[in-house]
Amino acid sequence: MTYARRAWIVLWKDLLIERRAKEHANALLFFCVLLLFLFQFALGPDRDRLAAAVPGLLWLGFILAGLLGLGRSFLGERDNDCWEGLRLTPGDKSAIYLGKLVGNCVLMAAVEILLAVLFGVFYDVDLWTPAAPLGLVLALGTIGLASVGTLFAAMTTQVRARELLFPVLLLPVQVPVLLATVSATQALLLGQPLADVAHWLKLLAGADLVYVTIGLLTFEFVLEG
Amino acid sequence: MTRALGWVAALGLAAGLTAGFGYAPREAVQGNVQRIMYLHVPAVLTAYLAFGLVLLGGIGYLATRRMGWDRLAAAAGELGVLFTGLTIVSGSIWGKPTWGTWWTWDARLTSTAVLFCVYVGYLLLRRLIEDPDARARYAAVVGIVGAVNIPIVHFSVKWWRALHQPSTILGPERAPIDPAIGLALFVNWLAFTLLFAYFLSRRMEIARLEEQI
Repeated sequence: MTYARRAWIVLWKDLLIERRAKEHANALLFFCVLLLFLFQFALGPDRDRLAAAVPGLLWLGFILAGLLGLGRSFLGERDNDCWEGLRLTPGDKSAIYLGKLVGNCVLMAAVEILLAVLFGVFYDVDLWTPAAPLGLVLALGTIGLASVGTLFAAMTTQVRARELLFPVLLLPVQVPVLLATVSATQALLLGQPLADVAHWLKLLAGADLVYVTIGLLTFEFVLEG
Repeated sequence: MTRALGWVAALGLAAGLTAGFGYAPREAVQGNVQRIMYLHVPAVLTAYLAFGLVLLGGIGYLATRRMGWDRLAAAAGELGVLFTGLTIVSGSIWGKPTWGTWWTWDARLTSTAVLFCVYVGYLLLRRLIEDPDARARYAAVVGIVGAVNIPIVHFSVKWWRALHQPSTILGPERAPIDPAIGLALFVNWLAFTLLFAYFLSRRMEIARLEEQI
């Protein structure tokens, strides 16, 4: 079985479980709606203030949803005793990481797109005009978040105080991703061209490359349990 | 051997104090407040050394599975957090009279704070795992991610905000520095590095004894 085929099987399994049980997606979407409420309560009814805070709030929402969603991505394996099965998989274990990573990216992207649409509607921000460049920022940011998130989730699943340790480890590492995505989103919403945020996109792409590489190289050590 | 190293470090620190307060002249603009630099700069350089050793220890463990590497990473991680904390506190005390504020979200302050948080997380992770092999493996992965992330954090924060003076020692163009101040700084840096080596060997020894219990 080829490397790509093994990664695909892990991805397909995760997406199938998600499609049938919908346990993550539904709860995450509702969580995002609640976040919208909370941000509104925290900032008050002033539209200008809300609109100015949108880039930061949007990414804060993505990160909070990511913490919940990514943190659970290996729980099923542990609870159903599939961890041994994953460990016994022949060949390079990084294929499992790749499959999990892509699955997490798909789930995150679905939640993010919906959250962005809700933001656009409720906070009256035009996300449609710069939709294409925003999509690029979103994709790069999601890979950055999910790559370290998937690696750390596999690790913290085995540790006690998992739900505490996962954000404590992930958040400081994600500072560059948060800074880059928020700055780029802010510039794009102000109508600046993509070229003005090229340095942020390069930084994000570089960070993604580094994170994914480390994930692929070190995952087999994490999988040992 | 370790004991002798400790005495040499103590001598070095005494020499550093003498050099910092006695030999080095009073800085013209900032006055005596500038002397905090003799603590601040050696502390941050030592912290960087420590985080480099965390990375080295992590890679070493994953490659060889020898506990010695993990003891190195663990000891260096604790010391790195200690010296980063010293850097932040001393910088804060210097910043109050000089910039008029204890803290500001300037690029270098922010990236140092992020570094501090990453390695506090590293120590927390170590605390929560009992199995020595799992602890060493997970800590190694976090240590590697943390170290590789340092330049990425550096650039992101630099582009985000740019108040701290550029680095005099590590910058691409060396800023002018008075030879007497430079010498006092060098003596203090050497003393801190010796102190670090002493702490490191003591901590690794304690970790080795703990494993035998």
